[in-house]
Amino acid sequence: MAKKKTEQKAWPEKWHEVNPGCMVFAAGNAANTKTGSWKSQRPVWDNAKCIKCGICYIFCPEACIQDTQDGFYEANLDYCKGCGICAHECWPGAIVMREEEE
Amino acid sequence: MGKRVGMEVAIAAAEAVALCNIDVAAVYPITPQSHIAEHMADIVHDGRIDAEFITVESEHSAISACAGASAAGARAYTATSSQGLMLMHEILPIVSAMRLPVCMANANRAVSGPLNIWNDHSDIMPQRDSGWICLFTENGQEVIDLSIMSFKIAEDPEVMLPCVVNIDGFQLTHMIEPFELPSQAEVAKFLPPRKPFAQLHPDNPISMGCFAMPDTYAETVKAKDVALRGAKKVVTRVFADWAKRFGRKYNVVETYKAKDADTLMLTMGSMGETASAAVDEMRKAGRKVGLVKLRLWRPFPVEEFKAAVAGCKTLIVMDRALSTGGAGGPVATDVKSVLYGEKKKPRVLNVIAGLGGRDLAVRDFENMFDLASKKKDETFEFYGVRE
Ligand code: SF4
Ligand code: SF4
Repeated sequence: MAKKKTEQKAWPEKWHEVNPGCMVFAAGNAANTKTGSWKSQRPVWDNAKCIKCGICYIFCPEACIQDTQDGFYEANLDYCKGCGICAHECWPGAIVMREEEE
Repeated sequence: MGKRVGMEVAIAAAEAVALCNIDVAAVYPITPQSHIAEHMADIVHDGRIDAEFITVESEHSAISACAGASAAGARAYTATSSQGLMLMHEILPIVSAMRLPVCMANANRAVSGPLNIWNDHSDIMPQRDSGWICLFTENGQEVIDLSIMSFKIAEDPEVMLPCVVNIDGFQLTHMIEPFELPSQAEVAKFLPPRKPFAQLHPDNPISMGCFAMPDTYAETVKAKDVALRGAKKVVTRVFADWAKRFGRKYNVVETYKAKDADTLMLTMGSMGETASAAVDEMRKAGRKVGLVKLRLWRPFPVEEFKAAVAGCKTLIVMDRALSTGGAGGPVATDVKSVLYGEKKKPRVLNVIAGLGGRDLAVRDFENMFDLASKKKDETFEFYGVRE
């Protein structure tokens, strides 16, 4: 039977520890894998230009853009891969991509 | 008790599956499997079983629907053939990797091109590495028996892998034969309802068929391989259980007059019956010939196969498919690699015959036998191709 979430190892070490069917019983654990570490550019918002259309939110392939309390948007940089799609799609030009180094 | 019936084998395949208390059938009709699809649809439409018949728009969808249904805990069934199986190819390893016990009938048919709707094994051979349990049938009774057993094998907690039952297209699917159809009560006793290891349910969210990085993928591959190899034990156990209940005995490797034979022929599927008749003829002529038949093709029954061919000097493998540009027929190349490390091994000769539905009569097996016997090396030979 399925192991309880508490007993479950984070990641199988050996082949016989793999759950049958590679099933993952701890739902939502993909959030533990941070995929934003290798970006070379980050999106930066200028809320003065933002019309709150939500296009950036819809287009982000990582689904890492969230709406804030005041209705604007921001990216969770733990998961943003710096693809620049949000900046490309934001037609009022409220998002610019900045070098990570800067 | 079961009852004696006479019907077309494809119809019987659907009738057998109907006895298995399936929840979902997702089938796309394709020659020569169509009669299975049509009859299955009739059975569901007439309300004879409480199942969902999904009319899908392709075989890719058929197997995908089965995967989804099975993940949700259903007993799912599909049937296909040739190009349909090729279209399913992408999904087949996913179903086995997710350890979903979907069962399928494959009406073996040659693959295009040129377009050919008749029987050979070139459709199943490209799928042999997809992690499915792969069984072959020789006659109508075996189609019924193995179709029912396939669910029990696939759903065993030690196995949890999909299973395909191969039925030679036309040669078998369109034959009208007499056989014994078990009763609903007998099948219900033999095949309890499915108890899934895990299932998709909104109250208990889990993920199936997830992402694996290079640091874990190899472990999942090994886990699946070990599970598939281990399925042989369960296949044997289910065969024994069946024999006890229904009196018909099956083995993963079957032999006919093989004990004292110098030369053995090896077949899979419906050719076995004609080959048996050829063995009888050749025995009458004083030749020490026997027959080995692979009932289980994946997992390959290594030990049973080695034991079956241990005493013979020559093994002639009759392949109904060719690994184009490869070392010969797929069965022969497998057999050769299984025997490679053995100290005492037979000479393995390979004949490719019966492609695209070409008839193989008793006389042809005798001719193939003579053709192979004359061969000096162990390469393959086509039989009956006009020079
Ligand atoms: S796309 Fe641009 S304008 Fe629209 S919500 Fe996002 S940042 Fe604002
Ligand atoms: S840069 Fe790409 S990943 Fe990052 S927030 Fe914009 S769209 Fe999403």
